[in-house]
Amino acid sequence: MFKQRAQILGVHAILIAYCALAIGPILLVVMNSFKARKAIFGAPLAPPNTDTFSLVGYAKVFSASHVGTYFMNSLIVTLVSMGLVLLFGAMAAWALTEYRFRGSTALALFLSIGIMVPIRLGSVAIVTMMRKAGLNDTLTALILVYIAQGLPLSIFILSEFVQQIPKDLRDAARCDGVPETRIFFEVIAPLLRPAIATVAVFTIVPIWNDLWFPLILTSSDSTHTITLGVQQFLGQYITDWNSVLAALSMAILPVVAIYVIFSRQLISGLTAGAVK
Amino acid sequence: MAEPFSQVVASMPRGRFLALLALFLGPAVAVYTLFSIYPLIATMGLSTYTTDSSGAYQFHGLSNFVTLLGDPDWSGHFWNAAKNNLIFFIVHMLVQNPIGIALAGLLSLPGLKLKGLYRTLIFLPTMLSVVIVGFSWNLILSPLWGVAEGALKAVGLGSLFAPWLGLPSTALVTLALISVWQFVGIPLMLIYAALLNIPEELVDAARVDGLGHFRIFLHIKLPLVLPTIGLISVLTFVGNFNAFDLIYSVKGALAGPNFASDILGTYFYRTFFGFQLQLGNPTMGAAVATVMFFIILAGVCLYLFIVQRRLRRYAF
Repeated sequence: MFKQRAQILGVHAILIAYCALAIGPILLVVMNSFKARKAIFGAPLAPPNTDTFSLVGYAKVFSASHVGTYFMNSLIVTLVSMGLVLLFGAMAAWALTEYRFRGSTALALFLSIGIMVPIRLGSVAIVTMMRKAGLNDTLTALILVYIAQGLPLSIFILSEFVQQIPKDLRDAARCDGVPETRIFFEVIAPLLRPAIATVAVFTIVPIWNDLWFPLILTSSDSTHTITLGVQQFLGQYITDWNSVLAALSMAILPVVAIYVIFSRQLISGLTAGAVK
Repeated sequence: MAEPFSQVVASMPRGRFLALLALFLGPAVAVYTLFSIYPLIATMGLSTYTTDSSGAYQFHGLSNFVTLLGDPDWSGHFWNAAKNNLIFFIVHMLVQNPIGIALAGLLSLPGLKLKGLYRTLIFLPTMLSVVIVGFSWNLILSPLWGVAEGALKAVGLGSLFAPWLGLPSTALVTLALISVWQFVGIPLMLIYAALLNIPEELVDAARVDGLGHFRIFLHIKLPLVLPTIGLISVLTFVGNFNAFDLIYSVKGALAGPNFASDILGTYFYRTFFGFQLQLGNPTMGAAVATVMFFIILAGVCLYLFIVQRRLRRYAF
């Protein structure tokens, strides 16, 4: 009995230590972003107090960069891409699992290439293509690339969900003469709602955090995303610690807030998707 | 699935059935083919061309690859990047995946309290942008701020401190460990999910036989999640040989000091876009991307043909 209790304590000690290692650096950055320069260097581990509290870094970030624009761009790109990945992905997953036709297995295999092969490797041709199509330096270019990037995995995950929907549901609707498109949009699509969390984890996070495609496809401030904007701001103001810490915190806090709110769904989505 | 699908659909006129398929599959297949598969193939095609003095493309066979792998001007940096990338991958395999597996083992212990909280906190860094993580660690490890040095001093190891990110001998491994710190959540979650799927009876039977938690994990659970370990290995491989963001944000496109942290992703970027005095070269960039494609393909095939065949998933 005693040995068992000691074991459990040991397990908790290890996990607490690892948690500290995981969130310590994040806390350190966020905490110091609210401090005056002197306190950042004088006592980096102390939380801000009335003497050391300062928002000078945040003021600098707002005045010296287009943070609002970057944020909106990221929001637009991420949400539009995710919406279309979900729509196109669900439609394709439905057709692939529900309808039998010659070449369906080959098509499913073709669509799954993108799960393993990163789209980045096609960058040279993507840049050339976007320039020719006049889409260079537009959010549309980013959205198109991100849809193509997100589709393979989302089709794979959504197919698993479609298979779990009872067959009777659609067969009953068919006997009543409901057309196939309405069966999908009115019967099947609402049932796929739980899959959204899973697909969202795999699409939103990589798109929001991506540096590569904004870097090679956008060149002006009006089309930068937050990840690229912060990266360039940091490179420019690297010696201004207040601004750097503030910019980092502004990029961290929204993600952490959303993550904390949705972590249960995100993690259950992640583990559910992983078992397959 | 052997069962025949709905009579209603089966008796549909062929034209209408095809229209239905086009409607449902069309958008996904079109966007995916145009912006994912076509660029990959076009990039490979472009790698067999070269630009002449007027800027026009000319077919050049495989000579870009001969240059890349053999010409000392190119191959020195290429092999350096490939070697560094391999080290980057090995650090992940030796540190990230074992830690992820061990933490998943601890989290899946029956009756453990607070496991939801632990899981949430440990997974948090994985959600952040690599750029943010890179810069944050850059500050923390900086001798200017002295946080890392102070932390080491506090435990009596102050003499071990060095500006790790700035030294050629330690920059690459330090960056790899930063990446490990961020992405340990992925093997953790995948293994955790697989562990939860192991039937209770198996574990109970072992417990009745008097095995402790540790031996149950080592001898019963771990062999059962080997397919998942294979999966995380191949995901790590693909992710590492395609990595770019971290090195670029911490060390810039030149992947200093003196290319000590240069990996294939940063080498590809410099070749394609150029940097400082070197002009961008799309055809050589395409050649680098093609080589990266074949490296990744080799890894994935190895996984599919050998690992997956040997490690049949335990039929639950």
